[in-house]
Amino acid sequence: MVLILAETQKGKFKKTSLEAVTYGDKTAQLLGMESVALVLGSASGLEELGKYGATKVYHVPNQSLDNFDSQVYAAVISEAARQVGAKVIIFSHSALGKSTAGRVAVRMNAGSVSGVNALPTVDGGAFRVKKGVFSGKAFAEYELKSDVKVLSLMGNSIPVAGGGEPAPVEELNLDVPPARVTVKKLERVEGITPLPEAELVVSAGRGMKGPEHWNIIEELAEVMGATTACSRPVADTGWRPHHEHVGQTGIAIRPNLYIAIGISGAIQHLAGVNNSKTIVVINKDPEAPFFKAADYGVVGDLFDVVPRLTKAMKQFKAE
Amino acid sequence: MKLLVCVSKTPETTAKIAFTNNNAEFDSSGVQYIMNPYDEWYALVRALELKEALGGSVTIINVGPAANETIIRKGLAIGADEAVRIDAEPHSALYVAQQIAEYAKGEQFDIVFLGKESIDYNGSEVGPMVAELLGLPFISHATKLEMEGDIALIEADIDGGDAQLEVKAPFVVSAAKGLAEQRIPNMRGIMMAKRKPLAVKPPVAMEDLSVAVHFTLPPEKGDVKLIDPENMEELVRLLHEEAKVI
Repeated sequence: MVLILAETQKGKFKKTSLEAVTYGDKTAQLLGMESVALVLGSASGLEELGKYGATKVYHVPNQSLDNFDSQVYAAVISEAARQVGAKVIIFSHSALGKSTAGRVAVRMNAGSVSGVNALPTVDGGAFRVKKGVFSGKAFAEYELKSDVKVLSLMGNSIPVAGGGEPAPVEELNLDVPPARVTVKKLERVEGITPLPEAELVVSAGRGMKGPEHWNIIEELAEVMGATTACSRPVADTGWRPHHEHVGQTGIAIRPNLYIAIGISGAIQHLAGVNNSKTIVVINKDPEAPFFKAADYGVVGDLFDVVPRLTKAMKQFKAE
Repeated sequence: MKLLVCVSKTPETTAKIAFTNNNAEFDSSGVQYIMNPYDEWYALVRALELKEALGGSVTIINVGPAANETIIRKGLAIGADEAVRIDAEPHSALYVAQQIAEYAKGEQFDIVFLGKESIDYNGSEVGPMVAELLGLPFISHATKLEMEGDIALIEADIDGGDAQLEVKAPFVVSAAKGLAEQRIPNMRGIMMAKRKPLAVKPPVAMEDLSVAVHFTLPPEKGDVKLIDPENMEELVRLLHEEAKVI
């Protein structure tokens, strides 16, 4: 059995969780197993996970699980995994996955790999799976030798599969230990796709000269349906909020398209974005190191180029 | 407060990454090593600030060979009181976590700090594993941490936002950017670090369950395709038809 933890946010399954369910289904097929999903806390529409490959959805509905405490989650997930006989347990490499997968690995005496970016291979009994290492500068293949295995899946590593049938839902009655971490408040940016989930990202740096010019970036992002991001100096000087900072000390992302505007491309910035599928660099300095990592480059003044690109995108969307 | 900071050794951020032994091992020749920046800049410095404000002690622990003592001494120079080195190669996250937990369980630390991830294996696994092995709460990606008595008020990064959390010590916390400001060791700190205690302990034996067996470098990027800045329609066309990302 392959067990996938599916996370909800505001009553909807997160995209990274749908990717994890898809990944879990494909992993199960490789191993000749079934894949089932697990949902903790208040949630509805659970049967929908069947469309992405889960053959069954287990639900631990206790409301106390709406308050996230990794210790409680690890206890509940491990117990559920034991009850259903899970051999592979899959998380998203989300904030929740990062603080819980390692705990579950300890509890289940499982080998684990965090942030995997491709399906595992099974060759002569050896279970191997890949992940990015050295901040995007290389990939490592891990071999897992344990009976139970724990993986967390990097966002945007696999396209979400759809089209399956709704799955039956079964409630699990498990002991939920009391939480020791209390969530007092959650503040999420409203209305936009969070950076780790975004397929299209428009990012800008010091070349913008000041926060008052960001309207051209926001306009381009809006036309494209993209999420905005920024480089470290821009976040450090407070031109843009800290949660937009991508790079080695910020968030590491791997969108389908990363448009870097007025960012020179320091190695620490590249470390956070160089696994993007396609990179476009707009910079007036033809010597900017970022061009070496780019698929498409535009050497020009961003204050001319960006509005032109926005216009071209608008036209494209209209057609 | 009795504070423990787990530090790891990583190649410096601009190091050239290459592999050896049929791509089964990291090629360390010519590589400069540093203390993992998240451990040094944020975890260690916040621990020192708490000690300065509230009293107590800061111990640093590293799992690694004798060569790691350079970075351990740097941690002492920045201000930690004492250090422990577990004399073993850090094979895997679980191996490292087991060694740290084995040491920490006899010591009753109030807070165990570490960085949100190491910049080499980028796993974010050691923190939650240490917490589980010690039976403690774990908060990841903390950007702010204040103590009120034995209660910690913590702000932490979550996907697309921030969380405000409350937890009673003892607990394990991983540090993200914002938790503290980097400190540069001064000459006095460097001199004092030479006399601070650095204990070396043998590892506890355990079996590795997850092992990196093969490394690859990303495919070489082809040459950048330059687009006429006057012709953004062409860029949009290429993104749609060639790259197929819009």
